[in-house]
Amino acid sequence: MGTKVLIADDEPNIVVSLEFMMKREGYEVLVARDGNEALEAIRRERPQLVLLDGMMPGLSGFDVCEAVRADQSLSGTRILMLTAKGRETDVARGVGAGADAYVIKPFSTRDLMQQVRDMLA
Amino acid sequence: MKPDRRLLVATLAPGLALAVWLVLGVVLLRAALGPAERAAVDAAIRPLVGSHGGLVFGWWLVAAGLAAWAGHRLHRTHVVAPARLANSARVLAEDAGAPELPVQGGSSLRGLAAAINSLAAERRGLKAEMARLVEEASCSVAEQRDQLAALMSELDHAVVVCALDGRILLYNGRMLDLSRQLSRHAAGGAEVIGLGRSIHALIDRGPVHHALETVERRIARGSDRAGHAAKFVTTTAAGHLLQVSLAPVRPPAVTAGDHPGLTGFVLLVDDITANIEARSRRDSELLRLTESTRASAASMQAALEMLELPDLAPEERERFLRVIRDEVTTMGSRLDDLAASSLLEVMTRWPLQEMLGSDLVAAAQRRIVAATGEPVIAGETRDDLWLNVDSFSLIEAIAFVAGRVAKVHRDPRMWLRLVPAGGTRAHLDLGWHVAEGAAARLPATLARVQSEPIDLAGTASPVSVRDVVERHGGEVWLGRDRSDGQPFFRFLLPLAPADAASAATNWPSRPEFYDFDLFAAGRGDGELDDQPLSKLSFTVFDTETTGLDPAGGDEIIQIGAVRIVNGRILRGECIDQLVDPQRSIPEAGIPIHGIHPAMVRGQPTIVEALPTFHAFAGDSVLVGHNIAFDMRFLKLKEARTGLRFDQPLLDTLLLSSIVHPDEPSHSLEAIAGRLGTDLVGRHTALGDALATAEVFVRLIPLLAQQGIVTLGEARVASGSSQFARLEY
Repeated sequence: MGTKVLIADDEPNIVVSLEFMMKREGYEVLVARDGNEALEAIRRERPQLVLLDGMMPGLSGFDVCEAVRADQSLSGTRILMLTAKGRETDVARGVGAGADAYVIKPFSTRDLMQQVRDMLA
Repeated sequence: MKPDRRLLVATLAPGLALAVWLVLGVVLLRAALGPAERAAVDAAIRPLVGSHGGLVFGWWLVAAGLAAWAGHRLHRTHVVAPARLANSARVLAEDAGAPELPVQGGSSLRGLAAAINSLAAERRGLKAEMARLVEEASCSVAEQRDQLAALMSELDHAVVVCALDGRILLYNGRMLDLSRQLSRHAAGGAEVIGLGRSIHALIDRGPVHHALETVERRIARGSDRAGHAAKFVTTTAAGHLLQVSLAPVRPPAVTAGDHPGLTGFVLLVDDITANIEARSRRDSELLRLTESTRASAASMQAALEMLELPDLAPEERERFLRVIRDEVTTMGSRLDDLAASSLLEVMTRWPLQEMLGSDLVAAAQRRIVAATGEPVIAGETRDDLWLNVDSFSLIEAIAFVAGRVAKVHRDPRMWLRLVPAGGTRAHLDLGWHVAEGAAARLPATLARVQSEPIDLAGTASPVSVRDVVERHGGEVWLGRDRSDGQPFFRFLLPLAPADAASAATNWPSRPEFYDFDLFAAGRGDGELDDQPLSKLSFTVFDTETTGLDPAGGDEIIQIGAVRIVNGRILRGECIDQLVDPQRSIPEAGIPIHGIHPAMVRGQPTIVEALPTFHAFAGDSVLVGHNIAFDMRFLKLKEARTGLRFDQPLLDTLLLSSIVHPDEPSHSLEAIAGRLGTDLVGRHTALGDALATAEVFVRLIPLLAQQGIVTLGEARVASGSSQFARLEY
């Protein structure tokens, strides 16, 4: 297997569940607590998928997304934005920044897992 | 009296002519005779000359006398009387108020005089009628203006009327308040808004012009008149956000479909800075709340869905339960924060107005009497309480409750009272009298009345008394007097902020907020020197100082200034500013100017105060009494403030010496006494500035009598005055 998934979120309470879910699916899970940490982990570990929160200290999720898309060597990284920013303008910005999917919190874990599986297929 | 030569001639000439005629006849007769006959006649007559010559002379004399009488009469009736008539008629032609012509002389002259008299009478009548019409018209115009000014001063909006080039013709007190808030100077406001000043000091030319163009386009398209106002939002130099509504001023259309050009515009100005700030703060709060709630919900939902998994180890189970507990606690404290913040208050705020509490009580009293027919006593009511209320709906609610009370109790003897409740609220109580013993059990219909829809004769509404009170951020309940158990309904209502309530009382009782003559005033950017004094804007000012020697360290401690526009003193537009001299104030001067060191403490320094005065003076003419003295102080500050006072100057002392060169004194008191003005509040800077302004306004027509009409002429005359050797 060895599919790497990065969870970038500053809320430990959501990370607990996401991490548990991803591990149950059999992915290798990495966790980043802020934007800078997330970007470093993406460059270093080259995860296939990033679950990216919108609001984080340091770089925001949108900034991270743009930075990843600006780097040709990271073009294989799939990004799923998973955020509480639910306005239409936020969604447009997330997609514009290069997110492959945009999920607004709260979400159903079953739907999320399905989407993750589809994106990694 | 000098004998009239023509009368003399008219009297004597007939007699002389008769004598000449007789002598000529005798000479002709003698010449016609032959020498013999002549000798015979001579011989026959000569002896008779001595004896009967007197008779002939007497006969001539009688004839001459009669002719003289006739000549005199004829002269009087046909020369003197017409000349007199002509003179009187000329006087009458000049002055309709002159006495009537005397009807005398011959019948034709009498007829003529009577005819002229009746013509004059008719003209007098016409003139009087014309004067009456003019008087009426100007009266009604003045009345309309006064009404307009009064109306505007009552308006809740800041309103300013401008000519097309932005000169201010009219403004109201709210506008003045607004400009005070926007002013960057400590004592400012009056230097921005004033008659004849430009509105563009406050609101940029660009957006105004754009709005005017929009309006003109709409008018040209012939769209609905109501749609002619244009709105825009602009920022001021001090960073305030102003919402401005611009409506055009147009002369009335002469014919249908005629579109006369604009002559000016009306601006309604709102400072929406605070509103916008409140709204954006609320928006961002709401957004933050939504997003943090989403995040919490997401954490809980994910944890719950994990808990539903069948194959969970106990420690994993505990971990997800902890997540849920944690998030529930977070959400709870977030809700507590929300309830404690002002956010909810902002959201439910109904538009409320400030109202004097005693006015509200009086209005409620009248409404209850009208609705129930029962008498109401206005009890203890503080008359200095200002409430923040929607007075109409509140009074309706009170009247509805009173109506229910009157229905339940016979002879309720109701009363109203308004007392402060501590903090920012007040109690408005509506009480009534209940028979001894019955007070304990009030009918249930009364206890429920607050929640019922208000239903007064004909004005049913879906809102209840409680709704109305809640709009005020207040409460309503049925209370009982501690001592006698008598019931009353208590309305808890918000008080108005203290400063807002007193702001309206600062304006002069009869504000000089308008001058429509500025509509007609030609701007003419040419030299002020060619302008007549009566048309110029002046800033009359005076200063109080610590002493007489600015170079030796004396400083200004007070500046007073007032404007004159179109010959009118604008008492509402003035500066009355104490200045901290940053040095001691000598005891010797205190009895004169009455300014103690404690009074100037905390006041702006001269460097802070002068910019206000400089802006206030603008490009008007500076006027002072012995202005050289004040100018010396101002000039010495030029280097420190960077402000140059290079306006044209006029000195009432010099002008007075031109008008009355022979008077010994030209002190302000002496001039005021001569010109009949009252001096009040002397020896404060503003008092002296006002006195100087009064004197100056009266000097202008006196100067004009001496041919000194324009500013240039007044300055030349001042320069040659005997006092003009004073230099600063």
